[in-house]
Amino acid sequence: MEILVCVKRVPDTAENEIEVAADGSDIERDDLVYSVNEWDNYAVEEAIQLVDKAGGSVTVVSVGDEEAEEVVRREMAMGANNGLLLSDDAFEGSDGKGTATILKAAVEKGNYDLILTGALADDGAGQVGGMLAAMLDLPFASVVNRIEVMDDKKLKIGREIEGGNQEMHEIDLPCVLSIQTGINEPRYVGIRGIRKVASVEIPVWGTSELGVAADSVGAAAARVKRLDYFVPDLGEGAEILEGSLEEVADKLIEMLKAKGGIK
Amino acid sequence: MAGQVFAYIVYKEGKADDTALELVKAAGKINPDASPTAIVTGSGSDLDAVCNEVTASYKEVWKFDNEALAYPNAEIIRQLLVKVLPADAVVLVAHDTFGMDLSPGLAIMLDSTFVPDVVDFEGLEGDTLKAVRQEFSGQVSTHVNCDLSNGAVINVRPGVFQADGAAGVGGQVIDKSSEIGELVLRRRYLETVEAEVGDVDITKEDVLVSVGRGIEDQDNIEIAEELAEAMGAVVSCSRPIVDAKWLEKSRQVGTSGQTVKPKVYMALGISGSFQHLGGLKGNPFIVAVNKNPKAPIFQVADVGIVEDLLEFAPVLTEKIAEGK
Amino acid sequence: MEPALISPASASFLGIPEIIIYILIPLTGIGIFAYIIYRRMVPLLKAAPDDRFNRFGERIKNVLKIWLGQWRHPRYMLAGVLHILIFAGFLILGARSTQLVILGFVDNFVLPGFGGAFGTFYSVVKDYAATWVLIACIIAGIRRGIFKPARYAVPSKYGHDHTFEALFVLGLISVLVLSESLFEASLVAAEMQKGLHAGIVPPLTLVWFFTLLSSGASLSALQGMHSVAYFIHEVTFFFFLCFLPLGKHFHVITSIFNVFFMRLERGNVKPVRYGVDDEHLDDLESFGVKVFEDFTWKHMLDFYTCADCGRCSDRCPANAVSRPLSPRFISIKGRDYAFEHYPLIGDNSAESKPLIGGIYSEDEIWSCTTCGACEQECPLGIEYIDKMVDLRRGMVDEGMVPQSLQKPLGALEKRGNPWGKMERKRADWTKELAEDCPVKILEKGKTADTLYFVDSISSFDDRMQEIARSTAKILHTAGIDFGILGKAEKDSGHEVRRFGEEMLFQDLKDQNTEAILNSGAKRIVTADPHAYNALKKDYSDLPPVEHISQTIVRTVQAGTLQLKPVEDGSKVYVYHDPCYLGRHNNLYEDPRRAIDAIVGINRVEMEGNCRDRSFCCGGGGLMLFYEPEEEQRMGVLRVQMAKEAGANVIVTACPFCLVNIEDAIKVAGLEGEMEAIDLAELVERHMVVDAPAEQSETEDAKSSK
Repeated sequence: MEILVCVKRVPDTAENEIEVAADGSDIERDDLVYSVNEWDNYAVEEAIQLVDKAGGSVTVVSVGDEEAEEVVRREMAMGANNGLLLSDDAFEGSDGKGTATILKAAVEKGNYDLILTGALADDGAGQVGGMLAAMLDLPFASVVNRIEVMDDKKLKIGREIEGGNQEMHEIDLPCVLSIQTGINEPRYVGIRGIRKVASVEIPVWGTSELGVAADSVGAAAARVKRLDYFVPDLGEGAEILEGSLEEVADKLIEMLKAKGGIK
Repeated sequence: MAGQVFAYIVYKEGKADDTALELVKAAGKINPDASPTAIVTGSGSDLDAVCNEVTASYKEVWKFDNEALAYPNAEIIRQLLVKVLPADAVVLVAHDTFGMDLSPGLAIMLDSTFVPDVVDFEGLEGDTLKAVRQEFSGQVSTHVNCDLSNGAVINVRPGVFQADGAAGVGGQVIDKSSEIGELVLRRRYLETVEAEVGDVDITKEDVLVSVGRGIEDQDNIEIAEELAEAMGAVVSCSRPIVDAKWLEKSRQVGTSGQTVKPKVYMALGISGSFQHLGGLKGNPFIVAVNKNPKAPIFQVADVGIVEDLLEFAPVLTEKIAEGK
Repeated sequence: MEPALISPASASFLGIPEIIIYILIPLTGIGIFAYIIYRRMVPLLKAAPDDRFNRFGERIKNVLKIWLGQWRHPRYMLAGVLHILIFAGFLILGARSTQLVILGFVDNFVLPGFGGAFGTFYSVVKDYAATWVLIACIIAGIRRGIFKPARYAVPSKYGHDHTFEALFVLGLISVLVLSESLFEASLVAAEMQKGLHAGIVPPLTLVWFFTLLSSGASLSALQGMHSVAYFIHEVTFFFFLCFLPLGKHFHVITSIFNVFFMRLERGNVKPVRYGVDDEHLDDLESFGVKVFEDFTWKHMLDFYTCADCGRCSDRCPANAVSRPLSPRFISIKGRDYAFEHYPLIGDNSAESKPLIGGIYSEDEIWSCTTCGACEQECPLGIEYIDKMVDLRRGMVDEGMVPQSLQKPLGALEKRGNPWGKMERKRADWTKELAEDCPVKILEKGKTADTLYFVDSISSFDDRMQEIARSTAKILHTAGIDFGILGKAEKDSGHEVRRFGEEMLFQDLKDQNTEAILNSGAKRIVTADPHAYNALKKDYSDLPPVEHISQTIVRTVQAGTLQLKPVEDGSKVYVYHDPCYLGRHNNLYEDPRRAIDAIVGINRVEMEGNCRDRSFCCGGGGLMLFYEPEEEQRMGVLRVQMAKEAGANVIVTACPFCLVNIEDAIKVAGLEGEMEAIDLAELVERHMVVDAPAEQSETEDAKSSK
């Protein structure tokens, strides 16, 4: 099975507060460190496991600037066979559709049975997988948390839906799936692993290699444009109780009693 | 001006989801003059019941009745919508796991604009809609301008457009089943595997003491259990706690866990991602304890305490015990 | 002089001269033995290199002390004394057995030097030795067979019980001493009957006893006893010799070598591969131990040498809390693998199988805190920490790292601390100190005499920052010119290395080394034993490193640091030895002296569980992130030990110990009853701080006089 996994380089925000730059044009990026989007990492692990079982190869692709190469390399250290970087000044400012357009062109230059994306990334949109499937006219499933290969024509998949339930489907190949975290336990990639693939050549394709019209992607083609970043006004938020731990506890107990929170 | 507004109605067991009303509210926020049309797909009596139910809020309800639509499979419904919707339609869909499945591809097939997970609208100027989204798990918000000239599919975050109840508009159901035509089944629904039910049913509890990442360590769960015991409450949690296997899946509140409707919700060390809040219904009295004053939970909580839960909760437990 | 009985070399059986048999038996026995040893050597020859042919003086000293002197045996008194008796008996009777074997084909053979007075003396000693060996075997047999100490139990997941083998060998030893004694006694009895016996029979020995019993027997009966006893001894001796390398009694042969080659340093970690320096690690095809042949030959020798005594597992904290690790079975399973894949007969070139998922499990290997209690206890010098580290290196190389550890490792790579906190916040703990105790940050050319290496947990953890602040105040009050590295400091990488992520460790080490050397400090002090051990053992070419307890003792002695009498005399303090201060660095006294420098302090010891028998609190560094399967927390057991010792304050000298013990006090429900405090905090509380105002007052007073 030939599998393509789309990955994104995102700021690692787990431990650190994101702050908005003074002019609101961007978040403060100086102190941020970047890594591969968590969902995408699960997708790559799943692809590697599928190939381990069913044979074939895994290709990792990322749309981004030259720094996105580091996440492609990392996923190759994890065990992906090939890497691909889609980078061009014309891609800058692409919205979801633009990104999907670029990826579509890359998919069409290969011969893939399965295309995986993460279910979500830093922008919380969760859109590229579904768009890519529609552009390629392939079946699609989102928030997939289980994949079983039935035969070379179809997969059995599980989607994580509300209530923690799992919705099982049979889906025809080739298809596009967006992967939910928890589907597997991604393997560790150490510095040594990354160094081993440090000298592997990762092709970089731009508009000309992909045959994408520069005006179909990038900021100009975007129909959804981000205007600014801001931290929502906390004014309407909670009434913050202040004082010593004991004082706060006393105040809270009164409130809880009034609301029936203490039985 | 943008085209006709539609709302896709999600329902379960013959009853429309809360989002059916929320989408009316959202449509009003986009354009106060809009009169959205409801789209309800399915088959049989459940479908009819839902169609009738939503006539209370929608003037026009399009009904699509077909065996193939019996289970809401986004892969099939998308094909249907592409056939029946006008080119410049503005389609509102709840941003739940169905909406995430359906909408991105739908926008591509309609060649319209997709706007994911919107939490607010700030007005329509010509064909440009200004919406509010969140990024980085809700840590920061952004304004986005969306071009509606070719129509749009807009996914609206469940729960943010709180509806006041059905307006009693007395709309009519239009059966459009004849327009369905042939549907290709490339993804076939098999079954739904229900999450395991644990020893406690948190969906039926009035008071929940809910713990998140801030609990830090499995052994600290005890601190929450002691507080819950003192309050006569039950312990629930957010997703990371279940991922870490510190509590059972049945204790998880959120879109990928249980939907709860308590009267009082104590959120201890929970940052308040929308996936978590998505599982919190019925407008409870929310108390948030978190050492990060910028945690999004403080935006939705009624009362906030900026303290380390590991320090505060034992004091509270002790005080409650004293008062008894 | 005509012998009283026909000797084995002169006797014949059914007309065949027995000398033929007694030449054939040793030849066959030695031949088989040599063959077995050769086959046992095969894996060792395929093993990874190990650098042990060095420091011969120290190695010989170890052999004399630990092997010959049985130094570690009395730590388990009854078993230890029994072993010493049997071991001493073996050494003494070895000469006699050799003589007996040769007597089978050389009449009246006497070992060179065993004639004359020494021979007579030896004869008495060996008779007593044989006697005590039998008594020791009987007691040991009763102990193993009837009382069955829990230590020897084999949990079902590790295979069958080993009692039979133990009893069988005790039986063989008994047969050897009994047959030797019978052989001798029959001769003495015959000599007595013929009036030939000149010497004395040592009273109360087996020989004495048997002589007494057989004094009335006929000469022919004595002759029969003599011949049969010899035959039994001969056969048993060579059977035993060839039986030894088949199981845990291989240690009888390998122990002297294993002790000779045992590790000489503590606290250090073996290089990834001996002979490959840090700069050339990238050239290695594979890292760590993945298959059996990746072990070094010494580690394989460890497997052969394990006597299955269970002391390691008895002292192992992971085993005590039912984590899936028992060091004893690390060895036994390794040995069984070697025996199975390198059989004595037939093909021994079968393809090697991965150890993880084979004989070892991932959780088993991650469960080790590297506390070193097992190695401290092993009477045979078997090593575990390096094996754990090597197996982990192999797992890391294969990507087999639990999710709970991947996060902190990723953060260490990107941010230099396991929580992923921002580098620039590393010195934030000093902010509260700004007024009374300024802390210099040694950057941009700023320098100080002493560098305080804080390390991650004391820099970032809210509670442990107290230790950092106390340490800074102590240094300040003692008048030491010191500073910290601030954002240039990275995690010491102590656990990064011990968890098998060598390359990440190398990165952290290089960054820290550069920052430390740039700071221009002449000495380093730290309050974190893990950092202390890393800087001392894992880093090289740094200024001398001191733990804060040493600094306290030094400055108190010099009078630059003065301590007040104890604040609360009613409290009973107990000191918990951190593994990386005590066992790994031999710092037992300084922390105790530092505590005792507080006049009036009431300090007790956790007798039997202190100093080199300290019980690990649960592990530091990355172990805080790992979520082991366990029934109990190590810290809880430790707190209970402190409680039993009558203490209500546990003094630690390590931030990780403090985390674990404070947690354990809560988990054990002993809040209010027990408390934990770091040594630096305790000392800082009792420090005499000269308030500047008071000083000027006294000066005023002086000037007014």
